[in-house]
Amino acid sequence: MTLLTMQDVEKIADLARLELSEAEKEMYLGQLTAVLEYADRLNELDLDGVPPTAHAISQQNVMRDDVIEPSLPTAAALQNSAWHTDDQFAIQTVL
Amino acid sequence: MITYEPIIGLEIHAELMSKSKMFCGCKVVDSVTAPPNTAVCPVCLGMPGMLPVINRQAVEFSIKVAIALNCDVQHHNIFARKNYFYPDLAKAYQVTQYEQPIGLNGWVDIELGTGETKRIRIRRVHMEEDTGKLTHENGRSLVDYNRAGVPLLEIVSEPDIHSGEEARAYGIKIRRILRYLGVNSGDMEKGVLRVEPNISLRPMGSTTFGTRTELKNLNSFRALADGSAYEIMRQETILRAGGAVVQETRGWHDSKRITFSQRVKEEAEDYRYFDEPDLPPLFVDEEWITAVAQTLPELPDAKLARYQIEYDLSPYDAAVLADEIRVATWFETAVTVNSAITPKTIANWVINALFRLMNNAKLTIDEISITPEQLVELLGLIADQTINQNSGRKVLDEMFETGKTAVSIIESKGLTQISDEDALAAIVAQLLADNADSVAAYCGGNKKVRGFLIGQVMRATKGKANPRLVNDLLTKALA
Repeated sequence: MTLLTMQDVEKIADLARLELSEAEKEMYLGQLTAVLEYADRLNELDLDGVPPTAHAISQQNVMRDDVIEPSLPTAAALQNSAWHTDDQFAIQTVL
Repeated sequence: MITYEPIIGLEIHAELMSKSKMFCGCKVVDSVTAPPNTAVCPVCLGMPGMLPVINRQAVEFSIKVAIALNCDVQHHNIFARKNYFYPDLAKAYQVTQYEQPIGLNGWVDIELGTGETKRIRIRRVHMEEDTGKLTHENGRSLVDYNRAGVPLLEIVSEPDIHSGEEARAYGIKIRRILRYLGVNSGDMEKGVLRVEPNISLRPMGSTTFGTRTELKNLNSFRALADGSAYEIMRQETILRAGGAVVQETRGWHDSKRITFSQRVKEEAEDYRYFDEPDLPPLFVDEEWITAVAQTLPELPDAKLARYQIEYDLSPYDAAVLADEIRVATWFETAVTVNSAITPKTIANWVINALFRLMNNAKLTIDEISITPEQLVELLGLIADQTINQNSGRKVLDEMFETGKTAVSIIESKGLTQISDEDALAAIVAQLLADNADSVAAYCGGNKKVRGFLIGQVMRATKGKANPRLVNDLLTKALA
């Protein structure tokens, strides 16, 4: 049984750059715990002899040839950004 | 007193020279000169609903590198999301290989200053995408995503490197191999090849590792060597004073020649890797690996050895010619033209004459008009004594300048060597008569005069006299 603590929730929120109220933290603690409980239920299955898979579908090797396709016009690429200048996305300074 | 052992592992990031990006059809542009955000699309901008598709050419380049670095090429390849919040990628994650990379357990041999070689193990080679570029100014940061999504290969060494110079030798070796394979230009100034050492110190004989720092901003191999050496010295000073090294990322200041703290890593980053659900697994079968292996050129180490054994070149000459594949190919073509002209002769002319002309004109071997066949033709004319060595150099200069052939230059300038013994004997006799003083001095024991007399003969013949004949004739005449 995996137990999630409030500290875990706070850490996950911090990594995701989310500021949560106490009520939200409680809510996510409940929701995330339910997710982990579901994973625990899967652990009850006998998977001996079943190879690990990374994907649900059996498709593999989907590739494209190295061919240049048209890019977006710069104005279109920038149009939904909150702030742009000199054809670049502009944001508050990050270092 | 405790002796400290520096331990260095290197991470090398190399952009792959595919035409389009790793997961979309945007053109790979020069991120230094291209106007910002002109090679971007919904996929590399991480817009909702986009679907990345793997670039086959980029995978093939990666297989090439993995083979050339003696890795076990992995059949099962999985891409993962490395999650982090930094605006250099619009998606808030980087697609990379985590648990199942394309190459594992490789190695390269590096040459140490002592002439010995040392094997550096390579832990892994994995495929990923490059990030965008940020410029910081006046309280804001500007983001250009042209580079975001460009295929990137990360090559991670084991911590087998023990000095700045070894790090440099390893970096140069990897760069040379990448350039041989035609997958990366090696241009560190432009950032298409980036080298980051992890450096720590431990007491000699210890088996645990000390706290390490990571070094960034190294835009040349000189900076790699000097920055690493500085960092080793800095850490040693701290340890000797009883202090503790802080785990952090440090930058190299190229003009001040020091490292400075950039970012303290308080805890190992938590990237929450998970398999990229948008990319199905990539299975690289044996057939593909074999097919790629057959496209590999002869690699630098093999060439270096062969040039010394098969062509009888000195280690230095072999290294100079094998450094770049285009030069090597040019040289090898020249060697096949005329078996009467030895590889050694060709090597001398390429290294001492042609390279000088190329350097002065700032041209690469691809940009010069002289072909290997034309150089060998010139060397044939020297070998059969149509012209002498000195004239040969002048003819080569003119060939380089004008693109004309040796034969046409020799004809138009009348440089054909005078090997007619009677004609030369007459000239020598005349000169000795005109320079009776010098002859007397020579006979009186001033042997230096001989050089002056040879010079006079060459001048009288406009440099065309066969030097060996002149020498013989003078010996006879002065006996």
